[in-house]
Amino acid sequence: MRVLDLVWLIPAFPLLGFVTLLVLGRRLGEPMAGWVATGAAGGSFAATVLVYFAMLGEDAEERTHELVLFDWVPAGGLEVEAGFLADPLSITMCLFVTGVASLIHMYAIGYMHGDEKFSKFFLYLNLFLFSMTILVLGNNMVLTFLGWEGVGACSYFLISFWFHKDEAPAAGKKAFVTNRVGDFGYMLAMFLVFQFLGTLQYVEITEKAGNLASTSAAAITLLLLLAAAGKSAQIPLFVWLPDAMAGPTPVSAMVHAATMVTSGVYLTARMNAVLFQAPDWSTDIIAWVGAITALIAATAAVAQNDIKRVLAYSTISQLGYMFLAIGLGAYVAAIFHVITHAFFKALLFLGSGSVIHGMHDEQDMRRMGGLLKVMPFTGATFIVGWLAIAGVPPFSGFWSKDEILLFAWEQNIPLAIIGFVVAILTAYYMSRQVFMVFFGEPRWDAEIDGEPPEHEIHPHESSPLMWLPLVALAGLAFAGGFINTPITKDLLFLEHFLEPVFEERQIFLEAKGGEKLIFGTFATLTAVVGIVMAAQVYLRRKGKGAVEPELFENAWYIDDTYAKVTGGPGRQLFDAASTADQRVIDGTVNGVGTLVRQLGQQGRGTATGLVRNYAIPIAIGAVVLGGWFLTRASF
Amino acid sequence: MEVTTGWYLVLGALIFTIGGVGLLLRRNPIVMLMCVELMLNGVNVTFVGLATEFGDINGQTVVFFVLVVAAAEVVVGLGILVAVLRRRPGATADDLVELKG
Repeated sequence: MRVLDLVWLIPAFPLLGFVTLLVLGRRLGEPMAGWVATGAAGGSFAATVLVYFAMLGEDAEERTHELVLFDWVPAGGLEVEAGFLADPLSITMCLFVTGVASLIHMYAIGYMHGDEKFSKFFLYLNLFLFSMTILVLGNNMVLTFLGWEGVGACSYFLISFWFHKDEAPAAGKKAFVTNRVGDFGYMLAMFLVFQFLGTLQYVEITEKAGNLASTSAAAITLLLLLAAAGKSAQIPLFVWLPDAMAGPTPVSAMVHAATMVTSGVYLTARMNAVLFQAPDWSTDIIAWVGAITALIAATAAVAQNDIKRVLAYSTISQLGYMFLAIGLGAYVAAIFHVITHAFFKALLFLGSGSVIHGMHDEQDMRRMGGLLKVMPFTGATFIVGWLAIAGVPPFSGFWSKDEILLFAWEQNIPLAIIGFVVAILTAYYMSRQVFMVFFGEPRWDAEIDGEPPEHEIHPHESSPLMWLPLVALAGLAFAGGFINTPITKDLLFLEHFLEPVFEERQIFLEAKGGEKLIFGTFATLTAVVGIVMAAQVYLRRKGKGAVEPELFENAWYIDDTYAKVTGGPGRQLFDAASTADQRVIDGTVNGVGTLVRQLGQQGRGTATGLVRNYAIPIAIGAVVLGGWFLTRASF
Repeated sequence: MEVTTGWYLVLGALIFTIGGVGLLLRRNPIVMLMCVELMLNGVNVTFVGLATEFGDINGQTVVFFVLVVAAAEVVVGLGILVAVLRRRPGATADDLVELKG
């Protein structure tokens, strides 16, 4: 038996944790339930590390390993197995998913302290992690779809976890419904793949994709983009993510920043053979969707006052970068950014959670300020996250983001320019957040729109249970970039590791050492520009009133437009469809029933129950038949 | 005078007609049941006659099936009729209309 066969342990641990909590959750109570869930996540991480090292021991060509558990859907030409695909891409995803998830589980024990549904929260977290690992490890599109829907359902449960608030269930529903639109794209893409290639197994898809006609490949690519846009919050389906912040902060960190939202990137990277076959215009659409999403979300992030909403828009914006990379064919750069983003965004979200916790559930940044002295650990780690996302070398975000920008620069200058604008905006809004929250004068009792805070606020540092994961993530956010530094070819560990997955289908950088240095300096300069701008506005001016336009605060009114359209003309359309359904469809069905019934009513009279009434027609019939035979017979 | 197959056919037709007319005209349920038996046996005679004529054993085989079905039918029919007549002595076939749901 090969060690790679142990890949099944990765989803098995969270499943075990889920079942344990399902049966014993209430009895375990706080904090045992949390530790059980954390143990399950940690076990999953340990299994991933084991598989990872086993994989490193194999030759590069031997690293793709399939473990088939059983035949899941044997239906004629369609054979769907329940099996796992352990290859460099899936294991890379698993490594950071289970690793970050373990830290967030641990953090959540502190964050959810005192919540009456404590054990249920961890039950959902484990179920989510199980679904996510299934999504990543599934060896065919159907199994991935199972995980895809699983994480969607868990996301819904977790967003509406505090269902006593008004906005939480509404946000959960919004996320679910918006995601359904994307799921529709996934299903159609799956049908087309089966139609054209006759298989849903990733390995076979990759082998056979070369035979795809370019129009079919384009159709599949665009449908995959729709699917990814739903899950990964891209235009036009990004509206659910900012609202999803109604969930508890560990959820925002894990589901809506580090793991689930990257599954769209994973899916498109997994299907790279199809994307390679698709014509340039269709992959250009992916790149442009990514770039425009990044720009719009970054401008929106600039004007938010809720500490979590800034991070939510920032997540959308960073996901936009990843799709920009996917569209250009720079898959390694996209996955690289997925990883570093998971580190620093999880760190920032957990840091914001720690701030919210210490501020007694106050989320408005206008009431914060000067928290660095009160919350030294949270503040210091948050600053690491800030420098990472702003792209200051040598923090991780610098390496991954600038790799994407460099690819854009070599392929498509307009996209690169958008990318640089977004980079400046990113540095600006993150610095704005850091300055508003951790620096300047304390404004803890500030009045906002004439309203004082709901209660007196005495900020305090969170427990070690919460800041220890922050320190670990800060370490990763600092050093995460070194897995793929482009200084020499030998340092591109990630690129070499992922090579068997993308082979020659991905593009490579042409720039030489000197050009890279100039480019890196320029990118650093953009980060510095953003930071200095924010410092000018928020440290000098001390935040008197908003400077950002209302257009940005409302995210270009895209969400409101959707609400208006579906509420107005959309509503009428739905009503019309409902009426048509009742009148035309139901009318036809019921009409057939009524017709048959009335005919039967008419015929009832003939059934008198008198034997002679039945016998006479039979006799007449017999005579007629006999007569007919006699006239035709020839003697 | 030689008895040919035609005689048997005429006999069968006669018995069948007697049974059919009796079924239509009589009111007593037991007599009606007997008329049904007559009709069946009229057909049986025809079958046997023709089987001999053509030297084909299948005609006689069918007769056995008819006999078995007739026996089964009598068991059920007589059972119902006796039960009805015990409740209402002298009931006619038309009175059986009360069995209608």
